Amino acid sequence: MQQAFALVDCNNFYVSCERVFDAKITSRPVVVLSNNDGCVVARSQEAKALGITMGVPLFKIRHLVEANDINVYSSNYALYGDMSQRVMGVLQSFTPDVEIYSIDEAFMLLGGCRYGTPRVVGELGREIRERVRHDTGVPVTIGIAETKTLAKLANHLAKTSKKAGGVIDLTGSPYKDVALRRTPVEEVWGVGPAYSKLLKQKGILSALQLRDVDVRWARQAMTVVGARVVMELRGVSCLPLESCPPSKKSLTCSRTFGRSTPSLSDLREAIAYYATRVAEKLRRGKLAAGVVTVFVHTDRHADGPQYFNAGTHTLAYPTDSTQEIMRCALDALERIFREGFNYRKAGVMLNSLSPADQLTLRMFGDERAERFRQVMVAVDQINRKWGRDTVRFATANPDGNWRTKVEKRSPRYTTRLQEVLTIN
Amino acid sequence: MDDSVTGVYLPDRRMRWSRPLIMCRVPAGFPSPAEDYVKGRIDLNRDLIKHPLSTFYVKVTGDSMVGAGIMPGAMLVVDRAVEALDGHIIIARIDDELCVKRLSMGDDGRIRLLSENEQYAPIEITEGMDFQVWGRVVYSISPH
Repeated sequence: MQQAFALVDCNNFYVSCERVFDAKITSRPVVVLSNNDGCVVARSQEAKALGITMGVPLFKIRHLVEANDINVYSSNYALYGDMSQRVMGVLQSFTPDVEIYSIDEAFMLLGGCRYGTPRVVGELGREIRERVRHDTGVPVTIGIAETKTLAKLANHLAKTSKKAGGVIDLTGSPYKDVALRRTPVEEVWGVGPAYSKLLKQKGILSALQLRDVDVRWARQAMTVVGARVVMELRGVSCLPLESCPPSKKSLTCSRTFGRSTPSLSDLREAIAYYATRVAEKLRRGKLAAGVVTVFVHTDRHADGPQYFNAGTHTLAYPTDSTQEIMRCALDALERIFREGFNYRKAGVMLNSLSPADQLTLRMFGDERAERFRQVMVAVDQINRKWGRDTVRFATANPDGNWRTKVEKRSPRYTTRLQEVLTIN
Repeated sequence: MDDSVTGVYLPDRRMRWSRPLIMCRVPAGFPSPAEDYVKGRIDLNRDLIKHPLSTFYVKVTGDSMVGAGIMPGAMLVVDRAVEALDGHIIIARIDDELCVKRLSMGDDGRIRLLSENEQYAPIEITEGMDFQVWGRVVYSISPH
């Protein structure tokens, strides 16, 4: 079997997750809102048909919601994250060559000698699609081709084609030119708004036309990135599967508050909470941070005085301790906080990351640092076992006033014992 | 030695569920006579869940399945990956409702969903119904 890339994309992922557990919305219009219930971030097919666009604020579609009895959900990231891991796990049961591209998308490398009996990759694609739907309840669309760029293009076509049954395999397909001709150039993966404008000026409107340009011209006009797109469209793979994600440059935890607050003590609680979260992420990645940045800002869409600021604290030695990160973050907050503003968003960012096993040995106070490391290891273990925030620093109150609004969130069916699916 | 002992199982301390095991003190200094018989440890997460990716927990409030030992308040371990055959207990989706029932597939191809409580009539799956097996109940944990 010839080697090929597959792009597996979950259909309307957040909506599909909700539908696995709530049979009442199986064929009803459904939308899922962003944090703080602001904008639409996922729509069912039925909601799309009603003309609801991606990213539209809820208040602008209130009339549609009421007239059509649309089911509206807050984002339930605990559920979506868990369901995503299940979907990716099923993909990994077919091959270890899986690149998790986002919460609802993954590239797979199919073919080669990993499979016993030679067969058509399209058949394997249909098997993968059926297994994911059967085992997790999530419907997916799969595009298969010789390169990632073509796989992405095939996936896009599979979404809109009724005949495809959710899988399009372009490897050795006689319809490849038709597929490329039907794809507008701006929809080709890697062609941003600037290049798509340039290409259209040159009369290059379809993926097919882009494939057939002179590569030297593409390199001149669109750098090596453009040349790579052209080669990928020709079926020459230039973008390999990245199964280990590149190590992170920075880590952030930030949220928009449920409602604005002028109070320093609210901000302190929020910052302490974000510092706790981001330090956990840091330790999970076995990293240490050298720079802690805190930012706060007011609601730019609201009336009243506006204020945006960030404060940075550089550590003498990199650290992965919640206590130290929190202390630096709160320090930085005190420096940038100003009275008289209604704050809407805050966050903690860690930079200058290095592997934790290279933590510089300290000349003084090393024993205390080591004791603290042991405390953090124990805290992480307890929280993993008994649930988030079982043990926490008192400043990091997870139920503060600033808590994100999730008024219409569905139960966390798969991650909380008290919230599992209940049937009669 | 008594040959009828086939194995002694120790609890796995990583597991989160209460363990139906008897523990006893071993006096210090004396080797436990059971030591040679320890064959492994029980981890319900591992032993009850064959397919973690496709296994979900479902809680039951009603009494339609008490005859099968599924009491109100029971927690079901539901695996979507295993095939549901005649006689298996399943979570079924009928139109816009999920329910737990015993699957009955007649030789004539008719599908019926049976309750395990005389007060509930069987449900016959007919052409116009939107019916789907959501998953198969592989274990039930009832409060007693």
